[in-house]
Amino acid sequence: MKSITKQKPFDEVKQLIETFNRIYLIGCGTCATMTKTGGIDEVQAMKELLHDEGKLVTGWVVIPTACDEMTAEMIAENEKAVQDAQCIIVMACALGVQRVNSSWQKPVIPALDTLFVGLEEGPGEFFEACDQCGQCILGETAGICPLTACHKGLLNGPCGGTNNGKCEVDPEKDCAFTLIYERLKEQGRLDLMRKYHPPKNYQVMPRPRKTMVLPERGK
Amino acid sequence: MASKFKQALNSGKFVITSEIGPPKGTDLEKMYEHIDLLKDKVDALNVTDHQSSVMRFPSIGGCLAIMERGGKPILQMTCRDRNRIALQADLLLAYNKGVRDILCLTGDAVPVGDNQAAKGVFDLDSVQLLHSIRQLEAGSDLGGNELAGAVELYTGATVTPEAVPLEPQLIKFEKKIEAGAKFFQTQAIYDLDRFAKFMEYARQFPVKILAGIVLLSSARMARFMTANVPGIFVPQELIDELAQAPKGGALKKGIEIAGRMIADLMENSICDGVHIMAINREEVVPDILTAAGISA
Ligand code: SF4
Ligand code: SF4
Repeated sequence: MKSITKQKPFDEVKQLIETFNRIYLIGCGTCATMTKTGGIDEVQAMKELLHDEGKLVTGWVVIPTACDEMTAEMIAENEKAVQDAQCIIVMACALGVQRVNSSWQKPVIPALDTLFVGLEEGPGEFFEACDQCGQCILGETAGICPLTACHKGLLNGPCGGTNNGKCEVDPEKDCAFTLIYERLKEQGRLDLMRKYHPPKNYQVMPRPRKTMVLPERGK
Repeated sequence: MASKFKQALNSGKFVITSEIGPPKGTDLEKMYEHIDLLKDKVDALNVTDHQSSVMRFPSIGGCLAIMERGGKPILQMTCRDRNRIALQADLLLAYNKGVRDILCLTGDAVPVGDNQAAKGVFDLDSVQLLHSIRQLEAGSDLGGNELAGAVELYTGATVTPEAVPLEPQLIKFEKKIEAGAKFFQTQAIYDLDRFAKFMEYARQFPVKILAGIVLLSSARMARFMTANVPGIFVPQELIDELAQAPKGGALKKGIEIAGRMIADLMENSICDGVHIMAINREEVVPDILTAAGISA
């Protein structure tokens, strides 16, 4: 699983830090490094850009995995440089941003836009694989998720926009239902495509979603 | 009471419908003109629901205008802009105002339209919308709660006889029938032999099929649609025919072609009727009917 991000335009970041002169920078060694949006190279490039804007970078770190609890410890280790800053720019996905936010009182500024949670298909090629809907139907859709792979999140088959197996919104993208159809046909399970899917429950777990994993579970 | 449109289809008569696209804004004059021009010449007028995801005056507003002016409306409902609460509520309103015929559609994608940052809803899909109507007819809403006064609606849907690949499209067509779709409007068809093959398959189901007739106004439009519109294939002979029309005569040729196709479908009883779409050229629909040998 990878959190796929892209860098915000620098002008947007600039606006967000308008009133701050001393800044601490955090990158992420996992997803954002792989997508080349918040690894060591990108953090150093950001440092240069900020310097050119006349900002002082009090320090920087690339945390191995910015979304896990280690983040609080890493911030504590660099306490002096962090304390010295007026804000932290986080070059990680929104999970990393929120993790930093929960371990630090001063303003936290995202430098990336989080696009989706995806899988890698080929080198550098990612696709959105799951929308965390709370009631997985992959067992009936040949392991392909129509909620994310179909532009409209349809459940009962292709819309009239399917064009030679491509989606009406983008001729470069496959129509989810052509993929599902071909796979089910190969598996001799086309009857699953004939099955009526009733309206989906979009409140399986109403937002805000939270859960508590109990220690006795799994025993 | 059954709608006039349903009665017409069940009478075995070759049914003609056409389309009204509500305006972008509150000036309804042009729409009124089109309604007045067509209301007595066709069996029903189908009102588009923010077609191509372009924000407009609402479909139900167009239907009310048609009824006020003595015509028979078919309400198009897409799943793009309303969740199930809003869709059900609008169905109650439509029924209460006397609308009896509903065409259930998925709806085009938001990014093809003119409010491209909008949230696409698609809480239901077209098959689920049809099922929802069955539930409203049975006296309860989608939450299973009892209604004080139900609806009774004649529902239809769309099918693309030349979709590629075809089988998933036909599976969905059958799901729509199981969900109570009684009439179908097809994507534009131009190759009558291929359409006749589709009809051989479709005839095994107890549904009425209206062939989609989209007016070709130039060879360029015909080529563009073949290249860009899913499931539309204009045969080369028709493109050539349009290209060979005298300068300024392509539209006239397009009207002749549409008329000829309708006459052919009607004389050979290939389907149950036609739905004529003369996008932005509603005023020539009577000419198409004349070209088809239909006088109203
Ligand atoms: S159905 Fe799709 S969105 Fe829902 S859990 Fe499964 S993969 Fe995720
Ligand atoms: S073309 Fe296929 S993937 Fe695209 S919106 Fe339609 S059904 Fe979904």
